[in-house]
Amino acid sequence: MRINLTSVFVDDQSAARAFYTEVLGFQVRHDIPLGDASWLTVVSPEAPEGTELLLEPSGHPAVKPYRDALVEDGIPLAQFAVDDLQAEHERLTGLGVTFTQPPTDIGNAWVAVFDDTCGNLIQLVAMKPDEG
Amino acid sequence: MDELARHDAQSLFELCTALTMRHGLGSTRQAISQHLAVLEAAGLVRTERRGRTKLHHFDREPLAAITERWPQAGEDHP
Repeated sequence: MRINLTSVFVDDQSAARAFYTEVLGFQVRHDIPLGDASWLTVVSPEAPEGTELLLEPSGHPAVKPYRDALVEDGIPLAQFAVDDLQAEHERLTGLGVTFTQPPTDIGNAWVAVFDDTCGNLIQLVAMKPDEG
Repeated sequence: MDELARHDAQSLFELCTALTMRHGLGSTRQAISQHLAVLEAAGLVRTERRGRTKLHHFDREPLAAITERWPQAGEDHP
């Protein structure tokens, strides 16, 4: 069994498409019109056949209270891996991205949390090389 | 409190991560949230909203008042 697709809810699919591709650097894998919305997925250019992230419309009434409560407590909804967290933090900050948690050393990794401008907090992680 | 003194303005998630990873503390998020609420009621923790996220600050002033009060009381009654 493999994790093939996971999703985050986004307030506006076209804004989300722009942020996830132009700012974060992902590629659109599928963009299939479905009535008012699209089946819109992105993948990492580092793994174009890898796990897809579905940018799902946030219209369901359960989404807002769920996300508001998580964002209030600073809880991210997804985690993306990078090689150099400091460099990525600098790059994204330069593009106007807001971080709710700056790069933080948690022992075996560096982590940070940013606002994806679509209603979610996302965690970035850079694992430290094995010291053993 | 050590965590907030080290790095001010942390979210509940950030504090929970730090307490687990840096201090080896296994308290639940709910327990830490309740603890923070007690500290806030005591005036030692202040919260503010940055965007939609609630951040916690450590307020040292009540503690400074303690150190001022008792040494002075000691001097009054040698």
